[in-house]
Amino acid sequence: MTLAEQYIAFMTIVRKEIRRYLRIWTQTLLPSAITMSLYFVIFGSLIGSRIGDMGGFTYMQFVVPGLIMMAIVTNSYSNVVSSFFGSKFNNSVEELLVSPTPNYVILMGYVVGGITRGLFVAVVVTLVSLFFTRLHVHSYVIVAVTVLMTSTLFALAGFINAVYANSFDDISIIPTFVLTPLIYLGGVFYSMDLLPDFWAGVSRLNPLVYVVNAFRYGVLGVSDVSLPLAFGMIGLFTVAAFSFSMHLLNSGTRLRQ
Amino acid sequence: MIPALTIENLSKVYGDGFEALKGISLRVEQGDFFALLGPNGAGKSTTIGIICSLVAKTAGRVCVFDVDIDRDFAAAKKYIGIVPQEFNFNQFEKPLDIVVNQAGYYGMPAELARQRAEQYLRALGLWDKREVQSRMLSGGMKRRLMIARALVHEPRLLILDEPTAGVDIEMRRSMWDFLRKINAEGTTIILTTHYLEEAEALCRHIAIINHGEIVEHSSIRELLRRLNREVFILDCVEALPDSVAVAGFKVRRSDANTLEVEVEKGQFINQVFVELERQGIHISSMRNRANRLEEMFVNLVEGGA
Repeated sequence: MTLAEQYIAFMTIVRKEIRRYLRIWTQTLLPSAITMSLYFVIFGSLIGSRIGDMGGFTYMQFVVPGLIMMAIVTNSYSNVVSSFFGSKFNNSVEELLVSPTPNYVILMGYVVGGITRGLFVAVVVTLVSLFFTRLHVHSYVIVAVTVLMTSTLFALAGFINAVYANSFDDISIIPTFVLTPLIYLGGVFYSMDLLPDFWAGVSRLNPLVYVVNAFRYGVLGVSDVSLPLAFGMIGLFTVAAFSFSMHLLNSGTRLRQ
Repeated sequence: MIPALTIENLSKVYGDGFEALKGISLRVEQGDFFALLGPNGAGKSTTIGIICSLVAKTAGRVCVFDVDIDRDFAAAKKYIGIVPQEFNFNQFEKPLDIVVNQAGYYGMPAELARQRAEQYLRALGLWDKREVQSRMLSGGMKRRLMIARALVHEPRLLILDEPTAGVDIEMRRSMWDFLRKINAEGTTIILTTHYLEEAEALCRHIAIINHGEIVEHSSIRELLRRLNREVFILDCVEALPDSVAVAGFKVRRSDANTLEVEVEKGQFINQVFVELERQGIHISSMRNRANRLEEMFVNLVEGGA
């Protein structure tokens, strides 16, 4: 395929993905807006007002970046995992596999679909957050880079989950038992300074710590981890997830007999 | 002229050790209408799966219009259109979107994709249904949708895996007419089917696969020429006497107005008509008892069992 043909194939997948989640917006976009509004009300307004300052900011200001990032992570992940597993389940993935579309184009098509949903929900959640607090963005560049890298990483993770999943149970197990605990323990609701040294060390194995802190730095200008380390770790995880996803596609694992 | 498809010593062993293909070789010429027959589990779908990349081969060589799939699978895939046995599209999508998207996966610009989608959806009688959810289509319509999708990039080789399974007779006939038309226009067609009359009606060449091996590979004409015996059913105008005999032929009275006559290779059925006419028996119509190919198929498959 020429590059122009590959671009057409790529855009076909991306458009199809966007149409899919917009068509079922009550399942894909609305729940995040409602959940995050509840977080803002409960953790930010009701409980947050009794917690006091965290890292030099009001608790509401402190949790907003983490909650926006939480929405990006869960949405970019769940878009790819549900869409790609769905296409495996109804065998429509064969439409792509029999076509000359290169594997990296297939992967990037699904990943960009996941990124767009992550961004879409991020904008919605950010707008909702403005009802509760005022946001002063410290660095738009860092915010943009963090959002793009994070949504790419978790879209890739969703893809890997979808390839290995055999049932709809399998696509909910990882988000429920792995992703959600990682998010909650990733410093969305607290500063790492509050943890004992041992648990602070353990937390550094959690990729969500780097994601949340990089984004928090972009918004508030403060972070529990150094920015180069955060971007380095996100980049490392992303390269690893991309390489593994390409290996799965090239070997046909769980896709070709 | 280069062949449309060449398969050499193709084998497939699945992870559980099952040997689905045992080094088969096949050649399909350009413009041919080719039938790949065999009982369930014989290896037909595995062969097709390998050709279109859904199944990884264990060994052997596959070339599509002289393009080796191991060297340039993307180029080979452009030549192929595949209509699988099972419905493999998102049933919540609309037929128009399904066909246009498939064109996109082949790198076709949007405007051309839409034109082609309209052309093939119209040709297959689905244009009026282009905006309904595909799950609302009947089984026959879903099969035609998969044909439209397979044709949108105008492949030179169309492979259909049991395209008329579960399709009513009228729909099957119209599908046959459509396939004959695109074959006449130059598309090479490979068909697997359980309906042997379908293979006989449509195809010029045939391969029979059984237990992962090719047990027959020839033209339909050659295959039929080898039939040693045919049974004809004769419908008679008047009620028959209790016993009817024709010298040199096995004749059986199946009911008051019907005779079954066995004609061996080298015998002439005219002799039967002459003798029955002499006995005052008048024939109103005649047909084969069973599909001729079916008899040959059963012999070949059971012989190899």
